[in-house]
Amino acid sequence: MERRDFLKLCLSSAGGLFLSGFARSSRAFSGEASEKEFMGILVDTTKCIGCRSCEVACSSSHGLPSPNIEQEVWNVNDTTTERLTVINRFSTAQGNIFVKKQCMHCNIPACVAACLVKAMKKREEGHVTWEENCMGCRYCMFSCPFGIPRFEYASPTPRLQKCDLCYERYLRGEPPACVETCPQEALIFGTRRELLLEAKKRIALYPKRYVPHVYGEKEVGGTGYMYLASVPFDQIGFRTDLESKPLPEYTRPFLYSEPLVLIFWCLFFLGLNRITKKEEKR
Amino acid sequence: MRESENIFTFLRKELRPRGNIFTPFNIISGITILAGAILIAIRFIFGLSYVTNLNQEFPWGLWVAFDVMAGVAFSGGAYVLCFVVYILNEEKYHPIIRATILNGLLGYMFYAGALVFDLGRWWNAMNAFIGREFGVNSVLFLVAWHFFLYTICLLIEYSQVLCEWLGLKRVRLFVKSITLGTVIFGIWLSTLHQAGIGALVLMAKPNIHPLWFSEFVPVLFFVSSLFAGLSMVIFEGSISKRVFWGRLPIEHEHVRSHDEILLSLGKACAVIMFGYFFIRLFDFIHGHHWVYLGTIYGMIYVIENVGFVIVPMILFSVGARERKLLYVKVASLLTMIGIIINRFNYVFVAYKWYIPFSMKYIPTWMEVVVTLSIVFLEIWAFRFCVNRMPVLTPMPAWAKKQDEKKSEEAVIPLWRKEAIL
Repeated sequence: MERRDFLKLCLSSAGGLFLSGFARSSRAFSGEASEKEFMGILVDTTKCIGCRSCEVACSSSHGLPSPNIEQEVWNVNDTTTERLTVINRFSTAQGNIFVKKQCMHCNIPACVAACLVKAMKKREEGHVTWEENCMGCRYCMFSCPFGIPRFEYASPTPRLQKCDLCYERYLRGEPPACVETCPQEALIFGTRRELLLEAKKRIALYPKRYVPHVYGEKEVGGTGYMYLASVPFDQIGFRTDLESKPLPEYTRPFLYSEPLVLIFWCLFFLGLNRITKKEEKR
Repeated sequence: MRESENIFTFLRKELRPRGNIFTPFNIISGITILAGAILIAIRFIFGLSYVTNLNQEFPWGLWVAFDVMAGVAFSGGAYVLCFVVYILNEEKYHPIIRATILNGLLGYMFYAGALVFDLGRWWNAMNAFIGREFGVNSVLFLVAWHFFLYTICLLIEYSQVLCEWLGLKRVRLFVKSITLGTVIFGIWLSTLHQAGIGALVLMAKPNIHPLWFSEFVPVLFFVSSLFAGLSMVIFEGSISKRVFWGRLPIEHEHVRSHDEILLSLGKACAVIMFGYFFIRLFDFIHGHHWVYLGTIYGMIYVIENVGFVIVPMILFSVGARERKLLYVKVASLLTMIGIIINRFNYVFVAYKWYIPFSMKYIPTWMEVVVTLSIVFLEIWAFRFCVNRMPVLTPMPAWAKKQDEKKSEEAVIPLWRKEAIL
């Protein structure tokens, strides 16, 4: 190898390692490394009476137009850019069941791993929040297994809207607006560990009342919002095909292959180039 | 450029249009581009929903699927041919390397550049490069950096032609001396971002139909970029032959070997497509997805893989063996359509497949017009360059002399004026 090629190799390797070094320092994968515990909310759907005061409280605490719950009874069944949470009604063998829908605040969220500018963040306290440095690529929406992030397509300066587990209220020491307003204590706010204990205690104490599954304990690696229900979860609008493997795990091998490919390619190509060089041109 | 000429008068002269302005192609493309510009203005002033059908369920549509995913695969011909010519030292393909690099460069500049229209908060686009925080775990971060760096690589590879056009003799020597390094770096970037575009869909596993989702998607996207790029080279070569050969003094070598090159490329496509098909078949059998074949998605899957992979593969191999150029050309067109269908499937057809068809994303005519205007603009830029720069035409005599002398000395530093001017 000539000195020139060697220098080129060094330079390009250094450049590549510089870039791939970023990929290596994968701190967002290890949410649990922090000493703080993730906060979450346990939703006991057997206690919810469908009063929808959580929807109203959510809108007012986020400065969004108040939903007209008197008029549009059960017309809405999905969150929008102006409704970060909705209550849906499902008719089942156990009667009407009301289910709250909003961001699940995954432990290892796909949307956070998707974001190339870290506008979407998993806070140390477990909140998944969005910030203004977003460039609007919508890769988070593409990746979310629950289809939660909402984008203001109709605006020239769009923002991304989703439940932030009332992060600002949490910093002030207040519980999320929906939890505070719930008259039935169908929503409980606490650390994930406490909530899981509580959920399992309820299942153990009232085996006839609950199906023995805490939705969100293991789905996509665990979520901050967890649900208890009296019927199987596929009957009340939940995805039951989600694996317990966190979604960012799927892209990790690819990201790690980057420096390997660089080193292998450089050496391989330089070698090929030497071998195939015509004798008279050398 | 002649020695005595002023650079500004030269550029002013070159910027003037050549030939007849009001040809049918110019009129149609001009109207489309004008309409596209108006639509883009509407999009920036009022918002995305005034032009596109994007919604909360389908965040990515035609612009991402066609411009970025398919367009970048079509630009892959540049790195494949660079590998063959500069790494494997295969001189046979040398006549078409410049047109291919130009095509790749313009592809990246226009198609990846068109992504800005799709970014909702485009004024923050630079945050990925000079922002306060980098999302280094994001595949999209990797892809964005690779786009950016690879466009620079292509520009360096192409700048030899620019230097010959502008008569920058010493710069050309310098640029030539770093070609091999740039090529290797460029192939590395290409390998990973072609695969990276596929890796984008990995995280959306729950949202993508099991027939399309596979852990091998990055490999599939990389391999498909090989034959998609080569098909584009064949397609572009056949069009260029019709458009430019009568009017420009094309290099003799180029004319003589053109058909031979296209046939060989067709043969290469057939082999690579067989590999691609094999991986897909392997993945299909291992995934136990037989049950889905009866559904409408199964039909789309079969059409994509039989109609647009197996059929062009057979056409390519028959065309290369029987030396029928028409077969190869038709096959390259089919392959390109197949790549577009494949990328559409990943982005919005097989994406959120559990949503009923009536609620699926269908691009508006406005999205189509904007996409078409980008394609036309790229063709205009390509024509501009080919008509003025030594892309298909022979390089100036001084450049040839430089190349002959260059093999003596390893590198001539830019600062050694006495070198070999």
